Formats: sequence, structure tokens, C-alpha cells
Amino acid sequence: MGEEEAIGGVAAFVVYVALPAAALLLWWALGRSQERRHLRDLAAREAALRGVLVTDLRGFPGADPACPPPELVCGEAAIASDGFKSWVFGLRNLFGGESKSFTALFERARREAVARMAEAARARGFDAVCNVRFSTVDIGGNASGAGKKAMPMAVCTVSGTAYRRLSAAR
Amino acid sequence: MIVVNTETVPGCRIVELKGMVQGNTVRAKHAGRDIAAGLKNLIGGELKGYTELLTESRREAVSRMMAQAEALGANAILNVRFSTSAVTAGASEIMAYGTAAVVEAEA
Repeated sequence: MGEEEAIGGVAAFVVYVALPAAALLLWWALGRSQERRHLRDLAAREAALRGVLVTDLRGFPGADPACPPPELVCGEAAIASDGFKSWVFGLRNLFGGESKSFTALFERARREAVARMAEAARARGFDAVCNVRFSTVDIGGNASGAGKKAMPMAVCTVSGTAYRRLSAAR
Repeated sequence: MIVVNTETVPGCRIVELKGMVQGNTVRAKHAGRDIAAGLKNLIGGELKGYTELLTESRREAVSRMMAQAEALGANAILNVRFSTSAVTAGASEIMAYGTAAVVEAEA
């Protein structure tokens, strides 16, 4: 009887504490390495994009009147949460307050989308983007009642108009 | 065709407005990509399948909008805006709309 109880206790500990804790630790480690890699990559690309002026102004600041016709440029990014962040967010939702990890997740998605848009502008020979607009898409199914199939993720779409500036304005 | 999300085009003047044009699309990725995305949501990182889905949807919506503008005899679409709707997990609707116009270079 005592032995059976001990085995049951160990089994319960493994199933309800050790395994979930190991999974959370693994998700935390994987999620953190992904996040760090992404931030490093973003920092390098944003440094290379410093010559591209990105504004949300409706006009064309510093536009070259003889420039080729401006073009619509867009960028999009869907960045996943990880198991650890989602679990922490579950707790945060219970107690209320800011979720720093999800705030950072959305910021990463926005930076990625803007960098892609600016890269698209540069690839077509432009050096400025104006009238930038942000928007989002609910691919995760969080607003459409997908219930348990809903996936926590940060999705950002951004659009703007690419044009060329006068060399004096650069 | 000049497609911009501003109300004016530098160096060009608007000759004629042709009215609003729009294009939309609802797209999804195959079930395998959805399963992969579900797993990705445990380990973190970019959901490349869904980024691709957005890019394809936006291109499709814009090209449908451009086809409408072309049919109206316009050579530019001004003030382009995007709008989206929630469909279900793994799918999205993107609509692009703007004002079709005829523009010409300022003398």
C-alpha cells in the first residue's frame, strides 16, 4: 500500500509538475533564442536602411519634382508567440496589467513589416516612403470565434508610397 | 499604372476622376501549413506561411483593383487603402480600394 502510494505520488509529480515545467523551460529557451536572432537581424537591416526616409506625412517631403512616378510599397509580417509567452500571458490576463512579452512581440512584427517595406522601396530605386499606414489581419482566428484553434500571434501589414528625394534633401 | 496611397502625385496633375475601384480576395494555406503554424506557436519565430499568405492576398487584391481601373480607362489609382476581415483561423480577407484617375505630367 505504501509503495503504491509512493509510485502514484511520483507519477503525479511527473505528469502535473515536472513535464509541464520542462516544456515551459524548453519553450522559453527556444522562444528566447528566436527573439534574439530576430532582433539582431532587424538591427542590422535597419542600420542598412538609414538612408531611406520613412514618414507618415501625406505630402512628399523633399521630393524631386523630376523623380520617376511614385509607387505603392507594402510589407507584412506574422510573428508567432511561443508556448512560454502564451502561458505567461494567460496569467497576465488573470491579474491584469501590461504584458511586456506580447508588447515586444507586436513591436517586432511592426519593425519587420516596416523594414520589408523600406527594402522594397530601396530595391526599386527609391529613397523615401511617405504616408505610411499600419493595419492588421486576424489570421490567428482570435476575433472570429475559432475557439481552441485560435493561435496567439502578432500580425502587421504596412503600406506607403515610395518616391525619390532631391539629393540636397538627403 | 501609377498606384499610390497619397492624394497627389508629384509632378503630375489630375485630369479626370473615374471613381472608386476595389479588389478583394479571401485566401487560406493548406492544412499542413496550419499544423506547422500551430507547432511554431510553441517554439516562436516567424510564421512564414502566413506572411506569404498576406503577401499573396495583398498582391491579388491590388491586381484586381488595377484591372478595374484599367477597364475604366484610368492610368493611376490614388489614395489606396487596405481593409481586412476576420474569416477563421488560418484565413484572411484583404480588400484594396482607391480612386481611379487619369493623370498627366505637368508641363
